[in-house]
Amino acid sequence: MAATEERDLYDPISGRPALILGGHDFHSITEAVAGPVEAKTPPAWWLFFLPSLALLGLLGVAVSWLFWEGIGIWGLNVPVGWAWDITNFVFWVGIGHAGTLISAILFLFRQKWRTSINRAAEAMTIFAVMCALIFPGIHVGRVWVAYFMFPLPNQMGMWPNFRSPLLWDVFAVSIYGTVSVLFWYVGLIPDLATMRDRAPTALRKRLYGFFALGWRGSNRHWQHYEVAYLVLAGLATPLVLSVHSIVSMDFAVSQIPGWHTTIFPPYFVAGAIFSGFAMVITLMVICRSAFGLERIITLRHFDYMAKIILVTGTMVGYAYGMEFFIAWYSGNPYEMFTFQNRALGPYAWAYWTMITCNVLSPQVFWFKKARTSIPILFVMSIFVNIGMWFERFVIIVTSLHRDFLPSAWGYFRPTIWDVSCLLGSFGLFFTMFCLFVRFLPMVATAEVKTVLPGADPHAHHPGAHASAEQLAEEGAH
Amino acid sequence: MAAFGVLAEYATPADLFRACERVREAGYTRWDAHTPFPVHGLDRAMGMRRSRLPWIILVVGLGGAAGGFVLQWWVHNAAYPLTISGKPHFAWPAYVPITFELGVLGGALAAVLGMLGLNQLPRHHHPLFEVERFSRCSDDRFFISIEASDPRFDAVATRQLLERSGAAAVEMVEDPA
Repeated sequence: MAATEERDLYDPISGRPALILGGHDFHSITEAVAGPVEAKTPPAWWLFFLPSLALLGLLGVAVSWLFWEGIGIWGLNVPVGWAWDITNFVFWVGIGHAGTLISAILFLFRQKWRTSINRAAEAMTIFAVMCALIFPGIHVGRVWVAYFMFPLPNQMGMWPNFRSPLLWDVFAVSIYGTVSVLFWYVGLIPDLATMRDRAPTALRKRLYGFFALGWRGSNRHWQHYEVAYLVLAGLATPLVLSVHSIVSMDFAVSQIPGWHTTIFPPYFVAGAIFSGFAMVITLMVICRSAFGLERIITLRHFDYMAKIILVTGTMVGYAYGMEFFIAWYSGNPYEMFTFQNRALGPYAWAYWTMITCNVLSPQVFWFKKARTSIPILFVMSIFVNIGMWFERFVIIVTSLHRDFLPSAWGYFRPTIWDVSCLLGSFGLFFTMFCLFVRFLPMVATAEVKTVLPGADPHAHHPGAHASAEQLAEEGAH
Repeated sequence: MAAFGVLAEYATPADLFRACERVREAGYTRWDAHTPFPVHGLDRAMGMRRSRLPWIILVVGLGGAAGGFVLQWWVHNAAYPLTISGKPHFAWPAYVPITFELGVLGGALAAVLGMLGLNQLPRHHHPLFEVERFSRCSDDRFFISIEASDPRFDAVATRQLLERSGAAAVEMVEDPA
């Protein structure tokens, strides 16, 4: 394998490093991506799917019990009124951000390597936003009045408070989810047409055909399609930056020491991208080996993603340090106490878990050996996911648990139902992802084909044979 | 059954590109290229004008943002003027996030629905879907279709033009409708 990769390292036309390895042509890309979807379900798929489905069932039980009994089943108390529910919410929204970064921001920057991973990363975004939306929905306690969150005319003549960051959040996250679905679906249309055209059964042909909307690869359609895709990328870019900024304002606009800081919006966005890329690596390591996509999702892709993790992880580390500096520099005793308490108080174990996972562990990515080693990437990506969950836990719970007066201090301990909701949300996420890789093309084949050397109409495709007439014509010129 | 037109198949994007230039120079207007992925520069080779879609998106996006702003103003100043934590009713900086979000929502919906509208999709029936070789259009083959409704269409001459354009195969397509 090493020898083949050496030979394929450079694109024969541009001289740039090749993005797709192993002499793929247009048809073999289609085969490599669509083949596994049409093949018989591999037994290993059930190995992932059934445990995920079981955890999804656990979520169903936990949420049903929550609706029946109320949020008292969680370990919440006074003063810790937000704990794992909002931790999970922020964690999942953050995971989603890497998908949009890959699909939109890297598209605008013409980073063509994104084409191998953008479809799966966008799917990850949608499923992560689904998980995220559960938590603000269920944490209100009386879910049957959750419609109060939306500006719907009602018999009470009552309207929501648009001046509150909590309402900005409702709009930001639900619109983010909507735009992510639209972006993903638009990208899927040409590939759904591919699935339709090669469907082995009539039922599949009808189903894929229905969602392919009658796409026929027309260049007059591609023209509008490319504009729509570009504009969606252009809209999704400020949108994704706004979403985690607004999520951070749920905290930053309040008066709580430890929350009330101006660094939150950029710090949350960097953290979101950091955690999201870790999740992309976790998923891609499994998928590429499970579906034999090693030559489409290459070590180069992992190398790039590890660099982004290193950069964003270091930005997050800077933010951790800067929070302490500002707490000291502010001269505000409550602010100083909160941060001392964060690093040395009863939740110090959580704080140092966060620092170890988020700041120290990514430093191995300074070395190329680590950036291109699948086992190291996989372990590091899990570490980062753990660290970023703890970051949100630390921000939320350590800032709340020691209120302004010692008489109002408390300690949060999760109950079995807190744990069930968290595990259950992973169940939802992985169930959806398993269904996605089983029934939809997990690589954007139409896009990957455009980065093959033969896709440029002004290049001589090394694999294609020129017709006799074409050769004669060139001789005449 | 009436004829829909002629369909020519090409092996590479380069072949298709040259053929498109020829068809354009021959003066056809009701014709199209079909490719598995967008081919760079093909719009110009076909002599197509720029898409109008950005203007639609701009108008609807701005409409979404304006609607969002007006909604918030109306709620806090007309429908339900309630003072909360001493904030003014017309606290316009606090209206900015939702104004922006609704602008993005309008733009995104306009981009997708506008694209489908301009492309006249969904359309699940099309004479080209009856052609067997056309199923490779979404895989690795490139096609040109010239419709019989084109004023310059001629069953013999049009076919010859495509045959001489480097096509791997040319065939007539019937319109089953």
